[in-house]
Amino acid sequence: MSETIKIKKGLDINLKGKASEVYAKAQLPEVFSVRPDDFHGIKPKTVVKEGDQVKVGSVLFYDKANPDVKVVSPASGEVIEVKRGERRKVLNILIKSDGEFTSEAFAKSKPSSMSKDQVKEALSNAGFLAFIKQRPYDVVANPNEAPKAIFISGFDTAPLAPNYDFIMVGREEEFQLGVDALAAISGAKVHIGINIDNASKLYKKSKGVELHEFQGPHPAGNVGVQIHHVDPINKGEIVWTINAQDVAMIGKAFMTGAIDYSRSIVLAGSSVKAPAYYKMVYGASIANIVANNIEGDNVRYISGNPLTGTQIEADGFLGAFDSQVTVIPEGDKNNEFLGWIMPRLNKFSVSHSYFSWLFGSKEYEIDTNLNGGERAFIMSGEYDKVFPMDIYPEFLVKAILAKDIDKMEQLGIYEVAPEDFALCEFVCTSKIETQRIVREGLDFLRKELA
Amino acid sequence: MKALRNFLDKVKPSFEEGGEFHAFRSVFDGFETFLFVPNTTAKRGSHIHDCIDSKRAMSMVVIALIPALLFGMYNVGFQHYLVHGEDASFFAMFLYGFLAVLPKIVVSYLVGLGIEFVVAQWRGEEIQEGFLVSGMLIPMIVPVECPLWILAVATAFAVIFAKEVFGGTGYNFLNVALVTRAFLFFAYPTKMSGDAVWVSKNAMCCLGSENALVDGFTGATPLGQVATGASTVTDAIGSSMSPMDMIIGLYPGSIGETSVIAIAIGAIILLWTGIASWKTMLSVFVGGALTALMFNQIGANEVMNMPWYEHIFLGGFCFGAVFMATDPVTSPRVECGKYIYGFLIGFVAIVIRCLNPGYPEGMMLAILLMNIFAAVIDWCFVQHNISKRLKRVNN
Repeated sequence: MSETIKIKKGLDINLKGKASEVYAKAQLPEVFSVRPDDFHGIKPKTVVKEGDQVKVGSVLFYDKANPDVKVVSPASGEVIEVKRGERRKVLNILIKSDGEFTSEAFAKSKPSSMSKDQVKEALSNAGFLAFIKQRPYDVVANPNEAPKAIFISGFDTAPLAPNYDFIMVGREEEFQLGVDALAAISGAKVHIGINIDNASKLYKKSKGVELHEFQGPHPAGNVGVQIHHVDPINKGEIVWTINAQDVAMIGKAFMTGAIDYSRSIVLAGSSVKAPAYYKMVYGASIANIVANNIEGDNVRYISGNPLTGTQIEADGFLGAFDSQVTVIPEGDKNNEFLGWIMPRLNKFSVSHSYFSWLFGSKEYEIDTNLNGGERAFIMSGEYDKVFPMDIYPEFLVKAILAKDIDKMEQLGIYEVAPEDFALCEFVCTSKIETQRIVREGLDFLRKELA
Repeated sequence: MKALRNFLDKVKPSFEEGGEFHAFRSVFDGFETFLFVPNTTAKRGSHIHDCIDSKRAMSMVVIALIPALLFGMYNVGFQHYLVHGEDASFFAMFLYGFLAVLPKIVVSYLVGLGIEFVVAQWRGEEIQEGFLVSGMLIPMIVPVECPLWILAVATAFAVIFAKEVFGGTGYNFLNVALVTRAFLFFAYPTKMSGDAVWVSKNAMCCLGSENALVDGFTGATPLGQVATGASTVTDAIGSSMSPMDMIIGLYPGSIGETSVIAIAIGAIILLWTGIASWKTMLSVFVGGALTALMFNQIGANEVMNMPWYEHIFLGGFCFGAVFMATDPVTSPRVECGKYIYGFLIGFVAIVIRCLNPGYPEGMMLAILLMNIFAAVIDWCFVQHNISKRLKRVNN
């Protein structure tokens, strides 16, 4: 292993409602939902209709541009609704589970003894290719374009994020098979970023991978930061990224001969009575785990972490790429009087114009209030303090706003994903929606250069 | 508070589209967000946000300005009684100064905020807080005898042509308060410089003295004296000044600029809260001190012979370094660029003082000049980053 990479810039937001490392029991729900929008970048072509019987692994829709990229059902049962929005766009596909989780056929074997095409076909049929993302553009990877490397972040530093040491325990063999499969279809080197403070036993036992040790605050666990420090992406290069749990999920299919979309998730946040870990399945309704477990009635449910997640309803569904459900108070009824000049001792700020710097390790309850109005860029240097890449974040955001393709390329847009700008958005005095801007910039660039 | 909230909620509809007071929407909006933090929540992207906002940032600067403002008021009264050779209580001096300065603050805010409200209404945007700071800075960087109507004209000019035409707060490339001062300086030089404007000589509202001025009265600022060839500086009645006197600041000058101590308190607030960049502030002082030392070696005129610390203590150097140069909007956005920006402000300010006999003070022009070059400094650093990335591709 190479020497430790120290990330100095960044910010750990100490939120209330951390989960204890135990699995709580909750019944898996009856209804599952698969949202094409979760798989950013694909053009879905739906192949099921209401009333169809499906198994785990039955194709629901595939990408028109790359028919190999299929998204499959996470549960067995019946398709009860294909919800459509404007211009018949598919919003989500609802599946009523029969509780059996019967899987489509998957050949039990070792990826290392199979040919590249065989592995690729197996992954494609099981829907696993849709879980591999690529940079540039932060979209579902095109399996026909060889990447220069595959990056897996072995830990998550986001607020209230799951501890990967805990959720990956005992999954060594699955993980190894998953790594072998990824190496087989890409022919590229597999890099894993590990945290100096974690045991990372599982990753250290893995073969055929290159480990990189990171130290420092969030976003050290963001795969984009890790890529930047290990092998940055240049124009024309592609890097694949995949969540460590999804690697184990791929491996498990090869090991058991059955497709299983279950994963460990953490339910956390200051509005959760008993924050804990749960065994869930992607697309599952969160209704069972949040029932009788929430304090207060004006709360926000987020699939994902509070910096990058998606707002969902109390009976909403776990997003395809999320291993976390966060519940925090809504901030729409605060009516805070003269808040901008008050001491606000209970509020968190990186700025010394408040006093949170005095209470070192205090845990904060942060609601969803913006705490101010949106303005043009005023303060400078705020983003730089939480953006640990050799990129000027503010200039990149401005280039995107100006739709200046050359400047975006020159300033390093190929290396970033919206999640890398989440902390910039958090600290921004002007409350600028940097993640949305970066997302739109990436989509614009992809469309223009297609 | 609840009653107030309920009242606002009740009258709000009449200010919205189609309501009878729609023409005052921006004003209502401004007051509403001033009284209550808006209940807007994050809809996409990050669901949580730091509790700092631009109102907080701007009010920190206003708070940091208050020591210098209060001292300035006291100094106006002090100078008045001093040049009339009368004794007065601390309170009388302060009250006299308060009465002399308050109209300037009112005019500056009325004109500036008035324009901001109109523009916000016209653009359909929220009122931006930028002028809270500019409106406080403007009265502090003019002589006490500056007529109110001229101040109003200059403020209007600066807000419209230095800020609003470019898009409002955050888009201006020149410091609005300094543009106001520059406008006054070039359009009404007799009201902005010379020996007659720095001390308030008339009684007002039964306060102050009507006596004749004392012998030895000189209304010139210390820098003005040196620029006209004096080798030692004196206060308003001709007694010579020690460096300690310069730090305390009881001498004629623009209202807020004289006391190094009061400005230092402001500097500590700004640096501690992180609202101002220490990089800019420090490098202005370093640049100014080194340049003054360099001119000491040449020593061709009295200004060049001034010790470096006098250059820093006198005139608007400290005030400019702490409150003007650190304006984040008109500074370079790249962190390393702030060293160069600050250093050059200090350098140019002293160069103007030493080499241009027409202008005893160079701080205003130095900052405005570097405001213009801030974008160039940024460009150099960004270009360096770009070429590094290009090099990576080629290797």
